Amino acid sequence: MVLVAALMLVLIGLPVLAGLGVMLAQAWGQGWPDLPGLAVGLRLTLVTGVGATLLSLAVSIPLARWLWARGAARGWLAPFLAVPHAALGLGLAFLLAPSGWLVRLLSPWATGWNLPPQLVTVGDPWGVTLILGLLLKEAPFLILVTLVAAANLPVARIMAEGRSLGYRPGQVWLRLIWPQLYPSLRLPLFIVLAFSLSVVDMALLLGPSHPPTLAVQILRLFTAPDPALQGPAAMLSLLLLGVMAGAIGLWIGAERVLAALARRWLRRGVRGGWRLDAAPVLAVSGVALGAGAAGVLLLWSLATRWHFPAALPEGLSMAAWRAARWVAPAAETLLIGAAVILVALLLALIWLEAEDRSGRRLRLGAFIVLPLLVPQIGFLQGLAAGFLHLGLPPGRIAVIWAELLFVFPYVLLALAGPWRALDPQQVIAAASLGAGPWRRLWRIKLPLLAGPLATAAAIGFAVSAAQFLAVLLPGAGRVQVLATEAVALASGADRRLSALHGLLLAALPLIGYAAALWLPLWLWRDRAAMKGSA
Amino acid sequence: MRLLLAALICAASPALADWSETLAAARGQTVYWHAWGGDPRTNAFIERVSDRAEAAYGVRIEQVKLTDTAEAVARVRAEKSAGQSEGGAVDLIWINGPNFLAMKDEGLLHGPFVADLPNAAYLDLSEGAPATRDFTVPVEGLEAPWRLAKFVFAYDAGRLPVMPRDMVDFPEWAAEHPGRMTHPNPANFMGATFLKQALVSLAPDPAVLALPATDETYAAQVAPLWAWYDALRPNLWRAGRAFPENESVQAQLLADGEIDIAMFFDPGAPAALVAQGVLPETVRVSVPEAGSLGNISFVAIPFNAAHREGAEVIANLLLAPEVQAEMQNVEVLGAYSVLDPARLDAPARAAFAAIPQAPNLPGLDELGPTLPEPHPSWMTRLAEDWARRMTP
Repeated sequence: MVLVAALMLVLIGLPVLAGLGVMLAQAWGQGWPDLPGLAVGLRLTLVTGVGATLLSLAVSIPLARWLWARGAARGWLAPFLAVPHAALGLGLAFLLAPSGWLVRLLSPWATGWNLPPQLVTVGDPWGVTLILGLLLKEAPFLILVTLVAAANLPVARIMAEGRSLGYRPGQVWLRLIWPQLYPSLRLPLFIVLAFSLSVVDMALLLGPSHPPTLAVQILRLFTAPDPALQGPAAMLSLLLLGVMAGAIGLWIGAERVLAALARRWLRRGVRGGWRLDAAPVLAVSGVALGAGAAGVLLLWSLATRWHFPAALPEGLSMAAWRAARWVAPAAETLLIGAAVILVALLLALIWLEAEDRSGRRLRLGAFIVLPLLVPQIGFLQGLAAGFLHLGLPPGRIAVIWAELLFVFPYVLLALAGPWRALDPQQVIAAASLGAGPWRRLWRIKLPLLAGPLATAAAIGFAVSAAQFLAVLLPGAGRVQVLATEAVALASGADRRLSALHGLLLAALPLIGYAAALWLPLWLWRDRAAMKGSA
Repeated sequence: MRLLLAALICAASPALADWSETLAAARGQTVYWHAWGGDPRTNAFIERVSDRAEAAYGVRIEQVKLTDTAEAVARVRAEKSAGQSEGGAVDLIWINGPNFLAMKDEGLLHGPFVADLPNAAYLDLSEGAPATRDFTVPVEGLEAPWRLAKFVFAYDAGRLPVMPRDMVDFPEWAAEHPGRMTHPNPANFMGATFLKQALVSLAPDPAVLALPATDETYAAQVAPLWAWYDALRPNLWRAGRAFPENESVQAQLLADGEIDIAMFFDPGAPAALVAQGVLPETVRVSVPEAGSLGNISFVAIPFNAAHREGAEVIANLLLAPEVQAEMQNVEVLGAYSVLDPARLDAPARAAFAAIPQAPNLPGLDELGPTLPEPHPSWMTRLAEDWARRMTP
């Protein structure tokens, strides 16, 4: 047990400490940087980060209720969860720009526009498009977490009781069920908040550029030619960490106040309220935006020429697919993803099996989720510098280690639930038949957990494929994966190339999810009773 | 036969004997060339060069596609401060201007190496020749030229019959066509170049621009530029409150019809983008009557490059006449050669004569006078000053 804890601390804890430590060291003694646009960037960071989190939470409440009653429709969540931020951001940019597909579809017959309208959409100075992009990614995550938590609650019974008391279903959900789910939502909410406050790839694709959010300003400073800007960059990373801590503090304060106010509102028990259900509208808009983003990526990747205001490209060809150098970044994405999920699964198995054998819980949870709660930009720059000092050159290994920090918590979380829910009778039965701990693990636990293992791997791969900064900074530009290529090509002239990379980036994790669903079915194709557990 | 000849030549000249050692050491190396990756045709050309280098010398190029050259400079700097004096991640950088000045000043570069390259014989490296100065900073053999750059505007002649004749005419044009032009953010090289192009046209005494900027000279020379810009800005795309990240994003805006004018630092770029199907066929190139800025793109090798010999082999190969002619071919890349025509032999001249022409590809004679680059300190100050003035 001590050995296992030490292993986790070295592989996960050490880099976390190194990253934060180097960041602090770089910021040490730095004055306050005098940068134009810092105040606006800070405001933008707060507005987009907190705004996206609040909106995601707000839409997740009715949508989770709506989806709870519709098991089949839950399948629509998977693509939103699997598709990386960069791919979705790219698709949304091509869809929503003033010369984007949406306006092209309506012009000139409905709008009269022969030239793109002088509207401000993608890259708007208020960050609205960025919030929308984040919302499309983060709300499904919160919905999923809500649904997982709801599975532990007798939702149907509470619903029936609430309805019999005269509440509408939406009210039952909001008043009786959701408050009981909220504790399970807190950590995911903080993760969403930390991510939204420090997101770089989506902010580059959808956010304002003049000035950009704080995280993008920090990236610009870290990569500026003037060495004197490294210190201010580390200083601003520290500021971002402070913003993050402050936002969580405010959030906890707001929880208290809201809880007090809401208690009175709950006690009054007003029936009635809106008949209108926002959930179907939200669901359809979200799916339409996602499908539009995927569609425009597909069309652009196949377009010969596509000038405004044509609704469709002049012609379709595979030229971009034949010419583009996409094989290497796709292979690199797969290779790094495979390595990361292999290590992450192994570590998770060691963790959980060690808990089983010692009968005690490993109390390192807070350490494991720390990388998800600190702003990525300063932490990863510190980590890259720390790796360099430790003699680990920038490259694939550094990227795999950095990604592991973000993938492992999800893999562990995805596996821990099913692992602990495993029927102990089976294991006890095996033990009574003389099977040792290794045999029990190998012959009983792992086969029974084939489905959850595949799911954890698919989630891990989706998280890995989505990493942008964790490749860019520790890879020093040497490691090129689909996410970094898609974002880099978005600032090139040829939209077909960035669309192609974006599409591939979206497709790989989806294929991973599909494989995770299919694998247990194939494995247990002649074991009817095993299919239920998948 | 060739080998024998090479052996004879090597024996005759000590410099070339060194070169054969370089070739031997380079064999099998992979050169990490950090080059701006926003232009797929340049990326494809780099792959062609890699194929040639692999066939001829057993050297492979791995292009590290940068969104900004400063990323590579930052990487080398980080390695230096971490005490890594060999085995560096960066072998070769596509570089010029302020990035070169920064690396030169901080001692981050290997060299001088240019004079040792056999193909340097095709370059005019005499005192004061364009290939010996990078933004007025003496190159001193620390970077090898590989392609010419000259500032041009591109416009869609199908939509826009008349281009403004000179830089001074832009505010009036923009007032008549509000929202129809923009320039890249001056934090980007191309955006700063646009301001600099206006500066050399509007400065009261352009001769001062060749010297490092002081507070006094800066204030005096830049005042007319900001007056001009303040008149222009409100009529820019998105009311001058947002700017494309670089010239490629700006080219997308031109292709989409969001703006009417784009700008490039490569006269062949618009024709190349038309050939690619990105820009419409009606796009033409235009140069201000008074002339435009021009310079040369270089490659430099960091002091701690892991594959220094391979990088030198690539720098040399880039200067081979057949590679330069292929580069100038618009069907391949369309970037103008840096070689001195007077120093080419007959087969090299024939290679250049065989390059196809295109309607939107201006001849060298149509590009107008080349204005000298100001000292890099002007560009750095301009970009910072712009950021301070124009960032909300």
